[in-house]
Amino acid sequence: MDLGFTTAVYVIAAILFILSLGGLSGQESAKRAVWFGIFGMALAVLATIVGPGTGLWQLTTALIVAGGVIGYLLASKVEMTQMPELVAGMHALVGLAAVFVGFNAHFELVNVLGMDPSAKKALEGFAALLAKKSAVEINILRVEASLGIWIGAVTFTGSVIAYGKLAGKVTSAATKLPGGHILNAIAAISSLACLVWYLNSGELLPLGILTVLALFIGFHLIMGIGGADMPVVVSMLNSYSGWAAAAIGFSLGNDLLIVVGALVGSSGAILSYIMCKAMNRSFISVILGGFGGTAGPQMEVEGEQIAIDADGVASALQDAESVVIIPGYGMAVAQAQQNVAELTRRLRTKGKTVRFAIHPVAGRLPGHMNVLLAEAKVPYDIVLEMDEINDDFPETDVAIVIGSNDIVNPAAQDDPNSPIAGMPVLECWKAKQVFVSKRGQGTGYSGIENPLFFKENTRMFYGDAKASLDQLLTLISNN
Amino acid sequence: MAAIGTATSLGAITYAFDVRPEVAEQIESMGAEFVYLDFEEQSEDGAATGGYASPSSPEFREKQLAKFRELAPEVDIVITTALIPGRDAPKLWLADMVSAMKPGSVVVDLAAERGGNCELTTPDQKIISDNDVIVIGYTDFPSRMSAQSSTLYATNIRHMMADLTPDKDGQIFHNMEDDVIRGATVTHAGAVTFPPPAPKVQAIAAKSKEKVKEQTPEEIRAAEIAAFKQTTKHQVGLLAIGGLLLLAVGAYAPASFMQHFIVFVLSVFVGFQVIWNVSHSLHTPLMAVTNAISSIIILGAILQIGSPNVLVIVLSAVSVFFAGINIFGGFLVTRRMLAMFQKS
Repeated sequence: MDLGFTTAVYVIAAILFILSLGGLSGQESAKRAVWFGIFGMALAVLATIVGPGTGLWQLTTALIVAGGVIGYLLASKVEMTQMPELVAGMHALVGLAAVFVGFNAHFELVNVLGMDPSAKKALEGFAALLAKKSAVEINILRVEASLGIWIGAVTFTGSVIAYGKLAGKVTSAATKLPGGHILNAIAAISSLACLVWYLNSGELLPLGILTVLALFIGFHLIMGIGGADMPVVVSMLNSYSGWAAAAIGFSLGNDLLIVVGALVGSSGAILSYIMCKAMNRSFISVILGGFGGTAGPQMEVEGEQIAIDADGVASALQDAESVVIIPGYGMAVAQAQQNVAELTRRLRTKGKTVRFAIHPVAGRLPGHMNVLLAEAKVPYDIVLEMDEINDDFPETDVAIVIGSNDIVNPAAQDDPNSPIAGMPVLECWKAKQVFVSKRGQGTGYSGIENPLFFKENTRMFYGDAKASLDQLLTLISNN
Repeated sequence: MAAIGTATSLGAITYAFDVRPEVAEQIESMGAEFVYLDFEEQSEDGAATGGYASPSSPEFREKQLAKFRELAPEVDIVITTALIPGRDAPKLWLADMVSAMKPGSVVVDLAAERGGNCELTTPDQKIISDNDVIVIGYTDFPSRMSAQSSTLYATNIRHMMADLTPDKDGQIFHNMEDDVIRGATVTHAGAVTFPPPAPKVQAIAAKSKEKVKEQTPEEIRAAEIAAFKQTTKHQVGLLAIGGLLLLAVGAYAPASFMQHFIVFVLSVFVGFQVIWNVSHSLHTPLMAVTNAISSIIILGAILQIGSPNVLVIVLSAVSVFFAGINIFGGFLVTRRMLAMFQKS
């Protein structure tokens, strides 16, 4: 097959990828859209294997099949609560692949430059492409390759750390080496110096140092970000893995890589932006880790937390007509989504309106709660976004907060000195009654006291979310 | 008010209707239920004419009658007292409503003197309709209940006196700003003050409601235009900056780079357009699917694997393997997730 045909296939694949992302605008169209993506990927890979400039297709196929088997096992085994880890882990693979491919580009370049003109003519594929390049183009190629390697390396270690934090293998607290962000800045500047060095010398050593520095930045940057900011981190790494692919695409002169890399990169960037907006924080402040300083003393919280037992919650639910459930990461941790779904089913068969309110940053991954609830067979049309449901709280009889804290903190609206002041929150305290299912009296990730727990219409339903709901389910009959 | 209070204290379920929306609160405070109309035109506010109903618009009347018709079969006693100054009493309780009432029910028409609010009312007589509903049209209630009339009159006068002597020292303070006093005054300080201007009692509840709604179409339009201009400025600014950057890159970079660069910029643009439309609830599948398709990096590895250099082959082989995991894992997990989303 010649290059023209391969390019034509690439165009088709690119369109299919765009359609597969566009289809995610609705639940039903998404089910079709994912096939577009699969088909596009299959086309692209096949066309590349049979296209010009490749070899060892048997090995390639065998490796893809082997990788596919592992991927299949991973995908079919993973629990939905582990999705954040899985996604983060997969980003690491893409990042590493980008690093390797970038290094290969360098090796090939050295190879080709070392040849005499007659040998160059005999080359084919990627090497032939390299042989035709002028001096300026070669320099650009080097920049592109180093950029791909750099971003890939940051993505790799960053994702590994993010994976560790999400899986609970690395402490989820924000930890930094002494020197903090100055270290990152030094590493970044040194990387730039290495790039210049590499451009001038074309040797492997500066590229190697650059990679090590990037690996360090990825590690240190993500170590310094706390667990609850992981939605931003994961979508940021998602974006990086895309940019890495795009940079590699530039260095290989492969348009499909560029297109897909750009799509993925912008997708991740938008997700990060949405997450930051939902926390009312700038991207920079999330990356630099921790919450911003407070402008003054926080408001004193008055009143006391009043506990309630399962009987009380059950009788209130029996009387209620409309119920809104606000799930958070705590629900995922306690694996309580099945119980929540069962409760929803029972209440709904009693003719009550039950809906879910999802804050954009609930959980550890954008849209995490939606997937968990979907897995527990909660119909998606009763799972609403913050903007859709916030106005309905005053007409709600009972709001149940399960394992969320900061996203229902009224201080964000009432207290201008609160560290989360201005963050959009779910106004559940406007409901006639609020039940908060929570393990103990402690504060959430941000360490901010939540005045919601002290409000007059709030009752604390202490205990592990799953155990509490089990108890509640025994009191609410099945019919 | 007092009648409503008595009725409810006797155990009756009491409904009350008035054209002035501000009395709704008072009525409800007495334990009765105010009959709300589904009517939006607030200009029909009877309060503007001092508590006496003005001839209502046909639409208003339509709604009013429909509501009464709905209530007729439920009620046992109807007391009407709607009067319009200088006109015949409005017919509010029509013959069909009377026939819809239960036998033995009573209609007391206090407006009988001006023809009555009930269609069947005959002034000065008590009649019994075909379905045994008693319609009382006496015009001499004050003399039939002289003791109560005197008490009511005395109470009224007492309150008038209290209004006239706000300091409770017997000194009359003739406050011409007070609607009640002004309305009762014929001459004051040597001048004939009759007729008084129509008292303007503003309906409080209705007013605050109107304030919220009262963004005129012009204002809304103006706000929309301002917002539109703002976004236009924003977009044009971004486009200009982006365009200049592109031109700057194009001025220095070789053509072969620009070719790819254009593809890149367009893809970023398409990506932004497409991703903004992705539903929030599908963000996790979005991440999984972008993850899968970012393994497109496998193409790079496939292109390099044919190299004579062993190191390159090994690195490419590892990349192909990783990307393979990612492609299958990413797409499968996306499919698994999406299959979970079920409608109720």
